[in-house]
Amino acid sequence: MSKKFWETLPQGSVVLEAGSSAKFKTGTWRSVRPKWIEENCIQCLFCWMYCPDMSVKVNAEGKREDFNYDYCKGCGICALECPGKKGKKAIVMEEEGK
Amino acid sequence: MTTKPLKLRELAKGEDRFTHGHRMCSGCGAPIIVKQVLMATDYPIIASNATGCLEVSTCIQQYTAWKIPWIHSAFENAAATISGVEAMYKSLVKQGKIEDKQVKFIAFGGDGGTYDIGFQSLSGAMERGHDMMYICYDNGAYMNTGIQRSSATPFGANTTTCPAGDIIPGKPQQRKDLTRIMAAHGIPYVAQASPAHWMDLMKKVQKAFEIKGPKFMNVISPCNRGWRSRTDDAIMLSKLAVDTCYWPLYEVENGVLKITVKPKEKKPIVDFLKPQGRFKHLFAPENAAMLLQIQADIDSEWEKLQKLAAFYGTEEKQ
Repeated sequence: MSKKFWETLPQGSVVLEAGSSAKFKTGTWRSVRPKWIEENCIQCLFCWMYCPDMSVKVNAEGKREDFNYDYCKGCGICALECPGKKGKKAIVMEEEGK
Repeated sequence: MTTKPLKLRELAKGEDRFTHGHRMCSGCGAPIIVKQVLMATDYPIIASNATGCLEVSTCIQQYTAWKIPWIHSAFENAAATISGVEAMYKSLVKQGKIEDKQVKFIAFGGDGGTYDIGFQSLSGAMERGHDMMYICYDNGAYMNTGIQRSSATPFGANTTTCPAGDIIPGKPQQRKDLTRIMAAHGIPYVAQASPAHWMDLMKKVQKAFEIKGPKFMNVISPCNRGWRSRTDDAIMLSKLAVDTCYWPLYEVENGVLKITVKPKEKKPIVDFLKPQGRFKHLFAPENAAMLLQIQADIDSEWEKLQKLAAFYGTEEKQ
């Protein structure tokens, strides 16, 4: 976002654009990354429901797709809550940069 | 407006009204709660926010995570602010200046902005009978400013203003039961919810929006920084809080209390305390009596709640 001066800012600290935080990518905070293993996924969507950063992408059919790594902060809630298939988790946490 | 069906697949196709890019800590419980609340309904919503983690990190100059009209004015007056917005809206509709789109009004506040600082404004708004809903996300301390105790901090918890050490073993006082205090206002709907039980939480939001008048909902919101737990256990801990009856899920509709989720098997409170570093000192041998007291208090509260449900005859409908 380009630098703004007081003359160009809206008065009273009003933010005129809804959902503008999407321009601020929080993915750089992450030190561990979730990995989605599609064959173990039962499409329960618990990861989507419990993600605090709205970083689980869901397509038009309501099926989950890969993570949105631009915003995922790597908390690991999805991996812990993932029921997986036959005891095998569909989301595992991996160290970033490996 | 018809009530939205709560099917995950259908919900997932909808648009988020609370978006990513907010700067809440990794693994915070509050954004999960806000997302679930806004997802539960298709009504247009206007929200106000008390100062707190949620406010400072979702709305930083030029960046907002909200896709709904949202206002913040001060710490103590989230309820007064939204009651003013609601009164203005009603007046404009009455004057014929705008058409009535069945807008719903929500105030979000943390436990500091609800239990302590915003309490008189909340109590006032409830008493005046505004058509609004107040949602408190209770993380049990002033987490935003560095984990100072609040009146929602549980007995025995270690915070920076009641540090566990040689003098005191954590917070010496009991937490206050705000949900029951709000129920004592005689308002049409009061509920307690947990983000782990999303269906229950969203049902309560839907129910509340169909009721005219002031509503209050208290939601447990794990904070891994303040609770000294791991970043991935927000949902696990809110589930444990319900299973140990530390945070029973119930609602009070027109004075009638009903327990909405009864744990299949009541777990010992130690299961909830153990993963949290703020209770670490309670497991030292000299504090064993405190653990027993916490368990005894929870048992008696749970007993009381069940007796009340039995009194109203709502316990069979589980």
